[in-house]
Amino acid sequence: MVELSLPRESQVKKGKTWPKPAGVKKTRTFRIYRFDPDTGANPRWDIYHVDVSAVRPMVLDALIWIKDNIDPGLTFRRSCREGVCGSCAMNIGGRNTLACTKGWREFGDVITISPLPHMPVVKDLVPDLSNFYAQYQSIEPWLHTDSPAPPGEWAQSPADREKLDGLYECILCACCSTSCPSYWWNGDKYLGPAVLLQAYRWLTDSRDEATGQRLDHLEDPFRLYRCHTIMNCAQVCPKGLNPAKAIAEIKKMMVERQI
Amino acid sequence: MSQSVASGKKQAKQAKQAAHRPTSPHLEIWRWHPTMAVSIFHRASGMALAGALIGLLVWIIAVLAGDPHYSIVNELIGGIAGKVILFLATLAFFFHAANGIRHLVWDMGFGFAPKTANGSAWFVMIIAVCANLVLWRDWFFY
Repeated sequence: MVELSLPRESQVKKGKTWPKPAGVKKTRTFRIYRFDPDTGANPRWDIYHVDVSAVRPMVLDALIWIKDNIDPGLTFRRSCREGVCGSCAMNIGGRNTLACTKGWREFGDVITISPLPHMPVVKDLVPDLSNFYAQYQSIEPWLHTDSPAPPGEWAQSPADREKLDGLYECILCACCSTSCPSYWWNGDKYLGPAVLLQAYRWLTDSRDEATGQRLDHLEDPFRLYRCHTIMNCAQVCPKGLNPAKAIAEIKKMMVERQI
Repeated sequence: MSQSVASGKKQAKQAKQAAHRPTSPHLEIWRWHPTMAVSIFHRASGMALAGALIGLLVWIIAVLAGDPHYSIVNELIGGIAGKVILFLATLAFFFHAANGIRHLVWDMGFGFAPKTANGSAWFVMIIAVCANLVLWRDWFFY
């Protein structure tokens, strides 16, 4: 449902301004979303001053520096620090991206960081992705076959394998899905860009034999057709993939199978 | 035993917290791309055109009804408020038509690269404004 502003208990209040590190000349200001589930109080914007001479180039480096040097309570997910795990997906400077592959020098004097948009917040920058994962599970993201298994692996021509390029690279960081206003308003029913790109990854796989059932599952006013080509998904994908294009290809398959 | 009581308490606490999770900020923090703006303009202009259609029907009915109904409606449209509304309605028409063609191209599977989509977004906005100015040139350049 469309709700342009946040419900009362989700509104972000003015938070704490943490003291500047002593004896530091140049700092950069980070304005970070904080929510503490133990107090249950409204979320707040906390202000941190980061020593630019001490911190390495990425936004994730700055977050880790804050956690090490200013506020050990600051909570965020991170793992690989090189853009392959998708854990540190968050909204940085108004756009969703991975903190580990986004340089903080690309931004102005104040860098605003909040969790992935329109998601239930577990704590600080950690969103609850249960619904997102359940939706991924619903498209049955594995090979479906009826033919007897071949003696070796399921073979595929290089040309057919190329069709998976631009799809298999998806790391399910949820940057795209949570950038989509359609997903904000109807995330409970609309599958969202990431899951639909994954759905297309199996639809276009030459080895998969369940194309018809997969399309049946998606043929729904909400699951697929809530995509209105707003294009935020393709604009923000940190891996440079294009979920909007994949969704358009699914819509084309829907038409083509009726002809 | 005590362990399971403790874990039960922890579970209850977690369930309570899960039920009271705030929603993270969305529109208020988002930095817009041209594509997002054009998408919402498309919907807004579509709704405006539905309203304009009612206005057009009123005018046609007034034509059929003849005077004095026709002159009353004509005076309303000819007034400054009527002209502003008409100006916005034709702008909505040109924009919705241009962006409708953009949607047709997308439906054929072309123009999805973010750079292309941003370019076509600016293009339909500029085309709509230019076409509307050409249509209304007499009112502006007399």
